[in-house]
Amino acid sequence: MSVILAEKRAKEEKDMRDVYCETLMELAGKDRRIVALDADLMNSVGMVPFARAFPERTFNVGVQEANMIGVAAGLSATGKIPFAHSFAPFATRRCFDQIFLSCGYAKLNVRIVGSDPGVTAAFNGGTHMPFEDMGILRNVPNITIMEPTDSVMLKDLVKQTAGLYGVFYIRLLRRSAVKVYEEGSTFEIGKAVQLRDGSDASILATGIMVDEALKAAETLAEEGVSARVINVFTLKPLDKEAVIICARETGAIVTAENHSIINGLGSAVAEVIAENELVPLERVGVNDQFGEVGHVDYLKEKFNLTYDEIVKRVKKVLTRKIK
Amino acid sequence: MSGQEKIRELEKFAVQIRVETLKEIGTLGFGHLGGAMSIVDTLAVLYGGVMNIDPQNPSWEERDWLVCSKGHAGPAVYAALALRKFFPMEELETLNKPGTRLPSHCDRNLTTGIDMTTGSLGQGASLAVGIALGNRLDGRTSYTYLILGDGEIQEGQVWEAVLYAAHQKLDNLIAFVDYNKKQLDGYTKDINDLGDIKAKFESFGWHAQEVDGSSVREIYEAIEKAKGAKGRPSVIVLHTVKGKGCRFAENAFLNHHMTVSKEQMAEAIAELEQQLQTG
Repeated sequence: MSVILAEKRAKEEKDMRDVYCETLMELAGKDRRIVALDADLMNSVGMVPFARAFPERTFNVGVQEANMIGVAAGLSATGKIPFAHSFAPFATRRCFDQIFLSCGYAKLNVRIVGSDPGVTAAFNGGTHMPFEDMGILRNVPNITIMEPTDSVMLKDLVKQTAGLYGVFYIRLLRRSAVKVYEEGSTFEIGKAVQLRDGSDASILATGIMVDEALKAAETLAEEGVSARVINVFTLKPLDKEAVIICARETGAIVTAENHSIINGLGSAVAEVIAENELVPLERVGVNDQFGEVGHVDYLKEKFNLTYDEIVKRVKKVLTRKIK
Repeated sequence: MSGQEKIRELEKFAVQIRVETLKEIGTLGFGHLGGAMSIVDTLAVLYGGVMNIDPQNPSWEERDWLVCSKGHAGPAVYAALALRKFFPMEELETLNKPGTRLPSHCDRNLTTGIDMTTGSLGQGASLAVGIALGNRLDGRTSYTYLILGDGEIQEGQVWEAVLYAAHQKLDNLIAFVDYNKKQLDGYTKDINDLGDIKAKFESFGWHAQEVDGSSVREIYEAIEKAKGAKGRPSVIVLHTVKGKGCRFAENAFLNHHMTVSKEQMAEAIAELEQQLQTG
């Protein structure tokens, strides 16, 4: 792991999906085993250039998520390295048994890419808005679940998974992310990244909530509260050590995720601190609700996925801190 | 060996598989006897001559693959594998015992010679399509064989895979439907009627045949014909009898999963062994 933090956090120029496609094309150019599968969303995820460049290694099964996962698993049994994409709810919820058995239990080698996490499903609305995708998949033994923060991390993680064996879930923001890492940064799957040091409380964040967490920490600093910010981009295996260190050193934790607090990052962190280092915890995330249609900013407000909320919850957690 | 001799040999192999399957399930006292017995003749043809496999090198890259999507027929597949010396015959006695390599449902990670893990019905169809695609992509001439249960084709995933296999013109994929007319809760026609299975596959673009699934000759010839169908996948609908070759199982109404007494096992094995001797 070698991380360089971006000097200025701003929206990246390129969409994450384009970086995903470019990265897969680069990998496929070097390794004939790389194959891409989709369930009629290749245009949505920007994979048309891949399909043009590698038509024989592109398998668009049409609107058949369960079949796509099974075909991906079958391809991997013959030595191929499949990346299978659909929108996150359909790539997970719709075909959980196929992921669990055909991929996980059968010990095959499949990468599942679920796009439009949480509120970023925006105008597709509640039917397409996954607050449960990572939570569902946490139940698959030995699966690796990652939510890349920006394009630099995405590129690095996609490349890494190509060389690893197992079942991987990559939660992919399709549009542009806020730049957090400088080009050239590399990451270790399963190791959280500290973005800002602090001593009063720790904010553990993933996905679009990383930028919100950093904004919250900046706001809190102005008010004299020192908040540490950690990017927990791997939900499973969770970096337990980082969580325990945060609990010991800052004595209070707030989690922030564009996902349900049930079985997501908040739950995973709660499990670790309850068993190892009990400190007060507040969980920012979707609280047992279905999604709805709207623009992202509206939805972030609606589901309390804002830096304001994180600030509030840090202040709250401080009042609960064990003296 | 003449064609007649070959057929005779396959028939004998089928009887041996039945005897060993009965011993596995009978020793344990219970199991998926009905659907294991109905697919035995097809397994005899596949493992007894058609499939290009090497028991000394089970993961040989150029081999033919078998996905037994009706994973509960595992015990019959294990019997065929043991008889072909993929693993010692004694191991058959360990079916479902603690720590066994022979679980109820097929598991590629446990059993030598099992190509794919199955058990949740319908999933083997997609897995077989993926395997056939992967082998074709690598320019291999191997075949992927897929065994589906009749009740299993009530699963929507099967038809997703069937549609896509035809779209991909997967002529290296040969599927069987073990049409024994029964599923766990009774007759398929009473529960969710399958209608004309052959016509359904044909309408999806498959080459389809219908044969007596208890006749190794008919199965053997159908596979030869299926290999001749270029540019599309093939299905062979097998008219079979659930529990075939095991009178008490054939006669039981609910014979998907059943108990087997020592007496029933002994009587059925004696009957089968007599077949072996008299031919």
